Amino acid sequence: MQTNGAHTQTEIAPKKVAEEKPRHIAFICSKGTLDMAYPALVMGWAALGNGIDVTIFFTFWGLDIINKHRVDHLEIAPVANTSMKMSMMGVPGNLGIPQLLGVLPGMTAFATALMKDKMRKLEVPPVREYLQMLVDGGAKLYACKMSVDMMGLTMNDFVEGVQGIVTAGDFMDMTEGAQIVFI
Amino acid sequence: MPTKTIAGTTVHVNDEGFLTDPNEWNRDIAAAIALEEGIAELTPAHWKIIDFCRQSATSTGKAPTLRAITNGTGLSTKELFALFPKGPAKKVARIAGLGKPEGCV
Repeated sequence: MQTNGAHTQTEIAPKKVAEEKPRHIAFICSKGTLDMAYPALVMGWAALGNGIDVTIFFTFWGLDIINKHRVDHLEIAPVANTSMKMSMMGVPGNLGIPQLLGVLPGMTAFATALMKDKMRKLEVPPVREYLQMLVDGGAKLYACKMSVDMMGLTMNDFVEGVQGIVTAGDFMDMTEGAQIVFI
Repeated sequence: MPTKTIAGTTVHVNDEGFLTDPNEWNRDIAAAIALEEGIAELTPAHWKIIDFCRQSATSTGKAPTLRAITNGTGLSTKELFALFPKGPAKKVARIAGLGKPEGCV
């Protein structure tokens, strides 16, 4: 145990927990591709772990993430994805996946399987499990009313834990003072 | 490096109050930090998590992530958040005398 030097000695003071209003982050998920499902899940989970309140609003294609018929089938397409290179498959350099190959049947499934495999090796949970972790950790999930009406969905189409279908105005009310991240 | 006296022991801490040397930790320190974090009493369930984190850190050299904790202890996410409410990632690591968990899940 070190006792010399100019270090500071502090006493234990009770934290001012009750007086502080907790930080609140709200995510708007507007995309339904596999790669765009993860940012809110990863950041939301990190926020919960740090004691930050989390609200996630799913709109347009983002509804696929909480749609129980779609959540296990989110995909990533190689077409028009300039960041997806052959290097993901071990080919050195910046060689892209030729767009004409990308449109072939099975290429989207191939790219999706590749990404899921990489995620699994990093022990990143699948989207459905991640959502459940967030719900269990206290995140509040909502579906956008206009998108739900447009796509002919109901609460029965959503995974467990989605709290309700709300309007844009409701979202504004429930995220007053929150930091908002649009994805 | 600042020091802090916790439960009668002087330990080295960083700016956020995490112990910088896990070997300076003991169970009384854990109880005192828990009290600071608003946890009045460490129950056997709390200790199960703390002990797992200590063991995990001994073998890997870093504090486990929340998912590693639930997988490793068999406790559910809900139970983990109930035992260490409002930010279990930091709270567990701090009480266990470890650094912040490394890893995003």
